[in-house]
Amino acid sequence: MQPLSVSLWRGTSNGQFARYDVPRQPSQTILDVVTYVQRHLDSTLSYRFACRVGMCGSCAMSVNGVARWTCRTHVSKVIKGNTLEIAPLANLPVIKDLTTDMSAFFDKWAKAKGQFTGDQTRDDAFAIVRPDSEKRLEADAAIECIGCGVCYASCDTVTWKPDYLGPAALNRAWALVNDERDVAQTERLKAVAGDAGCHACHTHTSCAERCPKGISPTRGISALKKLTAKAAIRGELD
Amino acid sequence: MKPSTQAKLWYWQRISAMVLALCVLIHLVTILVAVKGGLSGAEILARTRGSALTLVFYGSFVLACAVHAPIGMMKILSEWTALPQGAVNALCAAFGAILLMVGITAVSGVYRG
Ligand code: SF4
Ligand code: SF4
Ligand code: FES
Repeated sequence: MQPLSVSLWRGTSNGQFARYDVPRQPSQTILDVVTYVQRHLDSTLSYRFACRVGMCGSCAMSVNGVARWTCRTHVSKVIKGNTLEIAPLANLPVIKDLTTDMSAFFDKWAKAKGQFTGDQTRDDAFAIVRPDSEKRLEADAAIECIGCGVCYASCDTVTWKPDYLGPAALNRAWALVNDERDVAQTERLKAVAGDAGCHACHTHTSCAERCPKGISPTRGISALKKLTAKAAIRGELD
Repeated sequence: MKPSTQAKLWYWQRISAMVLALCVLIHLVTILVAVKGGLSGAEILARTRGSALTLVFYGSFVLACAVHAPIGMMKILSEWTALPQGAVNALCAAFGAILLMVGITAVSGVYRG
């Protein structure tokens, strides 16, 4: 098989693409391609991965212009002709090569009140949450997020409004809104309302389209808009 | 703008959108049903003159427009321009007031024939 012609981003935001020839393998993933370059062609290449099986969320990159989890993306699925262009995720500062600084991304989870707040101790009995209750099903759908940042990199609203909390943080907040044990719901609704929060979302669903876990942050964000409106009208957000 | 104000504006935008959707539908269907073989302005005015139904229906239509459009404008202006929020708010309030005035003038004109 003809080798792949791979362009990888090198340097910081002022960097440029460098081209490498990588042997084609059956069932090859994008992460395999990047790893080949680092192990055989240029050991100074920086990139991130850990689990290689779609669980840790650390390997996301922009592949031919689309954000993807690279460990579970087969070359055959995304290749254009014989070429691949691999860049760091959009909407995040580049540290070096394919690694981005994800601090802002995770700080926004904290800002959206993405931490669980309970009022029980280890001496209390387990909370009983019915697995088929509406809230539990909503939480189940949102909770599978692996924090990969694919949705965040795919959201145009984040691009033009850098303080927007973004799809992943709001999806996290939505998961907790549906946690019957959580006691900080009003603070959470306050944290996610407004034009840096759910009200900035344009509902254009790029996040849902690209999320490798099949989550729809858009759905949760729309629900947050309704909930915050109800709370605002009751005067709970003031 | 305060998050609670944003949330309330979103609510009003939603409600007005529902009213608008209904009004546009009724408006279009009425045109299709009413215009059979051509209608003149005089003929329309003959029907609408003094009609309370026309007044209430188009009055609600105008009101929904005057609520809905400025909220949307506000979003666009604050995302696409560097105008300070105060200026955006003032511009949009003025835009809403103009829509309301022009709309009410038109509706009352049709009512009075
Ligand atoms: S639906 Fe909302 S969060 Fe998702 S990509 Fe669009 S603007 Fe961003
Ligand atoms: S919502 Fe999906 S795309 Fe976004 S961070 Fe979580 S897993 Fe990744
Ligand atoms: S390396 Fe863990 S998700 Fe890809």
